[in-house]
Amino acid sequence: MSSRAPEGSRSSLFQYLLRLGDDRLVLGHRLSEWCGHGPILEEDIALANIALDLIGEATLFLRRAAEVEGAGRDEDALAFLRDAADFRNAQMVELPKGDFGFTIVRQLFFSVFSMLQMDALQKSADADVAGIAAKALKESRYHVRHSAQWVVTLGDGTAESHERAQRAVDDLWRYTGELFIADDVDRDVAASGLGIDPSSLEAAWRSQIESVLAQATLTIPEPRYMQRGGREGRHTEHLSHMLAEMQVLPRSHPGATW
Amino acid sequence: MSATPPSDSQWPLWEVFLQPPKGAAHEHAGSVHAPSAEHALQNARDVYARRGEAVSIWVVPSVAITASTPDDMGPFFDPGNDKAYRHPQFYKVPQGVRVF
Amino acid sequence: MADQSTAAAKAPEDAARNAEFEARIARGESIEPKDWMPERYRRQLTRMMSQHAHSEVVGMLPEGNWITRAPNLRRKVALLAKVQDEAGHGLYIYCGTETLGVDRQELIQQLLDGTAKYSSIFNYPTLSWADIGCIGWFVDGAAIVNQTMLAKASYGPYARAMVRICKEENFHKRQGYEIMATLSAGTPAQRAMAQDAVNRWWWPSLMMFGPHDADSPNSDELLRWGVKKKSNDELRQRFVNLTVGQAKAINLTLPDPELALDEATGDWKFGKIDWDEFWRVVKGDGPCNRERLEARRTAHAEGEWVRAAATAHAEKQQRSSTQAA
Repeated sequence: MSSRAPEGSRSSLFQYLLRLGDDRLVLGHRLSEWCGHGPILEEDIALANIALDLIGEATLFLRRAAEVEGAGRDEDALAFLRDAADFRNAQMVELPKGDFGFTIVRQLFFSVFSMLQMDALQKSADADVAGIAAKALKESRYHVRHSAQWVVTLGDGTAESHERAQRAVDDLWRYTGELFIADDVDRDVAASGLGIDPSSLEAAWRSQIESVLAQATLTIPEPRYMQRGGREGRHTEHLSHMLAEMQVLPRSHPGATW
Repeated sequence: MSATPPSDSQWPLWEVFLQPPKGAAHEHAGSVHAPSAEHALQNARDVYARRGEAVSIWVVPSVAITASTPDDMGPFFDPGNDKAYRHPQFYKVPQGVRVF
Repeated sequence: MADQSTAAAKAPEDAARNAEFEARIARGESIEPKDWMPERYRRQLTRMMSQHAHSEVVGMLPEGNWITRAPNLRRKVALLAKVQDEAGHGLYIYCGTETLGVDRQELIQQLLDGTAKYSSIFNYPTLSWADIGCIGWFVDGAAIVNQTMLAKASYGPYARAMVRICKEENFHKRQGYEIMATLSAGTPAQRAMAQDAVNRWWWPSLMMFGPHDADSPNSDELLRWGVKKKSNDELRQRFVNLTVGQAKAINLTLPDPELALDEATGDWKFGKIDWDEFWRVVKGDGPCNRERLEARRTAHAEGEWVRAAATAHAEKQQRSSTQAA
């Protein structure tokens, strides 16, 4: 079921939905790389669960995006036939999975953001977005619980786990700012009630993250320049490698059904 | 039992009980390894309840469970079988009377 | 280890217990963890169950190989969910094995040391997306034939794990068959991809049922103990009978020119299995034996700091809660 987007916001809504979908598609894909290689069988299952939730959410957002665009594309065309420059995910989610500490710290950072974002989007003027957000909110809450539990465990575990977790926090921090930068797309969708201004989430995010990191005996790095560009299609070197792998089959067999 | 290499960390075993929807009692589903109760609960949910089979999950450290043994079976359970007065069919109720 | 006199004193007692044990099984009763069981039964079951669990875990690797290249979103989540299920299956069976008095860690160490066996089908490579379809169709299909039988196994925890697994397994096989049907009805390149996968996976799938009955030393005992209920050849024949029609329905050819219907029995007779290949792969010279073990060893080694952290954190929590009390 689709609702007609108010006039003038059509292209902003499309861009906004790509951001929502691409964040989750790329992060879900990175998580799926752990399958068969996790530190213990129970965690293989847990990470796969989170990946499945994220890819499911991405599918719904991208499907809605394709509808809004109205150019005959579907969610698969958006996922598998766009080049890196047309992806709108934040840079943080495309970074290689790293060690388990890196993966789980990144998951914490993203999941708290997602939980706050989905909570707000439940009131979206777009009925589909509101519906997806309600489901994604439940899932994000669980992701927060799981990743926070691990960040605390690693931060306050052994000397080695503490060092690795701190290194992950230090390496990832410079990518977190991008989540909260508002541009014209954000202001547009916020004005029409279809989306929200991400900068409105920053204080709550910061507060929750500080609380978890304190419990984990981890410190927040000194402020420095926040990397950005993903929302405009300027990514790190990692995304095109990831997409080369992810998109290889549809690209090698144009028009084929799978 | 062979010696495990010193570098390998063991996580204790927990038994998992799931309560299906619609008022049924908790049932044993299997076990998971976890380092703590919170981890055990999450693992149990991921392993045994990801298809929505449960409205409630209990996890119990396996060592906390006390079980009867088959040798107990006779004296432990026999006293019940010949005491018919414990079963509702023992009692005759006049026709047409609803007890509850 | 009991000395001679104790062993002699125990002999008539054990003979009686053995007889009662086998009578229980013949009556269809379920043997549970705390029941008396012959040492050999315990050992055989530990071997069978742990091999099965190892197979599920190693089986995640050939299929996991294509998760990042799944060609659309629906296939991506389906494959990820399937591999996740396999981890779960491994876990259910390891836990079932632990009821026999062995620690999961010990079993895993045997796998990593190379002393434990797992189903040798997983020592073959997945070379194309069609291999994923073929594994679901043939390998899960063969596993279902085997597991349906095991769902009535005499050992309670094993049978119960099998029931849970069978429920989940049906979606795996259907998914695989659907992939093959789609490819077979697709572009010439996709059709060729599908047929090539069938050519490579058919015979190894038949080998999954194990050697011919005549060459299978453990079978009689396992049949008497209600752990196996049907022979290797019976199960293999059942699988062939089911699959021939399925292949025809999607226009794929099974690579056996000797396949022919025996009108009298209704069985599809098939050609000779290359047992040299089977034993070669079982003994370590399959295409991927080294890679599979390497992958498991690496995951385990790289995960040690994580497991150790969780143990350390839990201990800290314990200490501070007992202090607070």
